[in-house]
Amino acid sequence: MEIDCRGLSCPEPVIRTKRAIIGNPQSIDVLVDQVAPLENVQRFLKAMKYKVTVVELNGEWKISATK
Amino acid sequence: MTISKEKRNLALAGALIGIIAIVLVLLGNPKNMGFCIACFIRDIAGGLKLHTAAPVKYIRPEIIGLILGSFLISVVTKEFNARGGSSPMLRFCIGAMVMIGCLAFLGCPFRMVLRLSAGDLNALIGLLGFAAGIGVGSFFLSKGFSLGRTQRQAPLEGCAISVVNIILLILAIAVPTLFAVSESGPGSMHAAIGISLIAGLVVGVLAQRTRMCMAGGFRDLYLLKDGTLICGFIALFVFALIMNLITGNFKLGFTGQPVAHNAHIWNFLGMFVCGLGCCMLGGCPLRQLILAGEGNSDSAITVLGLLTGAAFSHNFGLAGAAGAVADGGGVKSAGKIAVIACIVILLCIACIKTFAKKKED
Repeated sequence: MEIDCRGLSCPEPVIRTKRAIIGNPQSIDVLVDQVAPLENVQRFLKAMKYKVTVVELNGEWKISATK
Repeated sequence: MTISKEKRNLALAGALIGIIAIVLVLLGNPKNMGFCIACFIRDIAGGLKLHTAAPVKYIRPEIIGLILGSFLISVVTKEFNARGGSSPMLRFCIGAMVMIGCLAFLGCPFRMVLRLSAGDLNALIGLLGFAAGIGVGSFFLSKGFSLGRTQRQAPLEGCAISVVNIILLILAIAVPTLFAVSESGPGSMHAAIGISLIAGLVVGVLAQRTRMCMAGGFRDLYLLKDGTLICGFIALFVFALIMNLITGNFKLGFTGQPVAHNAHIWNFLGMFVCGLGCCMLGGCPLRQLILAGEGNSDSAITVLGLLTGAAFSHNFGLAGAAGAVADGGGVKSAGKIAVIACIVILLCIACIKTFAKKKED
C-alpha cells in the first residue's frame, strides 16, 4: 500500500497514515515532500511498532514501513 | 531512541526560550510579555500606522528576528523549501480571526504560557478555551479536514517575507521616525533593539529546529497520543515559572495581573477561537512565523492575516482592555460580537472543508 502525502502540511500526513494502518497492514509506503511530515510520520510509524526506512529522491521522501 | 532525543531537544529549547522570555522582561519588555506573537504583531501593526491605538505601537524586532532566524537556519540546513497554494485566502481570513481571538484574551498561546507561569489565573481559563478549541479542531482533522495541498514555488516567492522583514529592519534602524512609537503603555516598553533582535533570532532558530508549536502539542496529544510536541510547552512553563519565582514576578490571582483582564467567558472564548483557528492552520502564530521563514508562502499570508486582524481589532474596538472588569477592563460589545462571529465562521469553514470536499481526493 502507498499513500501520497506530498503537498500536505502537518498534521495531515500523520492522520492519513494513521487512517491507512487501521487494518494493520504488514507494510506501507508514505510519500512526503516536507521535513516536518517526514519526521512526524516516521515517529508515528515507529510508535506503531513498524520498522522504518527512508529513501530521498529530488527533495521528496518515500517512507517505507514494515512490521 | 529518536523519540526521546526529540523530546529532550524540545524540552531544552522550551527551557531556553522560557529563560530568554523572562530576561527580555527584565530588560524592558512589558510584564509577562517577554514574547507574545499576537501582541508584537499588533504593535508592528501600530508602528506601521495600520491602527490608531496609541499605547500599542512599536516595530518589534523579536518578530523580525523570529522570521529571519528561521529563514537563515533553514537555508543553512537546506530545509528552506518554497511552497504555497494551499487555500491562501482562507488562511489569511483564519489568521485574522485567530488574532481577533488572541487580542480578546490579550495574548497568543506563547504569552498564555508566560502569563500562567507568572501566576495569572486568567491564563488558566484561556488555556481551557485553547485546549477546547484544539479539541474541536482535532475532531475536524480526524474527519478529514484539509485546506488542500501546497505546490512548489519559486525561491523568490518563498523568501519574499524574509526580504520584507530585512527591509523593515533596516528602515526601523536607519529611519526610525518613519514609524509610530507609543509614548506610554505596552508599546513604549521594550528591550534595546539589538537585544530584542538577537532574542528573536535565537528563538527563531530553536523553534525551527525543534518544530515547536503550542497548538501542535495538544493536537498530537488528542489525535496521536503523542506527547513529543507538548514537551516544549511544559518546559517553557516550568522554566519561566522558576525564573518568575526567582525574580519575584510570580503573583497568583485573577486581578492585578499585567496586561490582562478577568472577563472569564471572553478569555475562554477568545482562546477557543485561537485554538480552533490554529488547529485549522496547522500551527500556532509562532509556528506560522517559523514556517513563513522556511519558505512557506501560505504561512507568510497567514502572518499578513494576523497583522490585518490586529489592525481590525484595534480600529474597531474588538480587543480586550487590560484591567479588572469592575474597573472597565474586559471585552466590549463589539469584541464579544466579533469573537462569536469568528467561532461561527471558523466552524462553517471547518464543516465545508471537512464534509463537502471528499471528492477532491
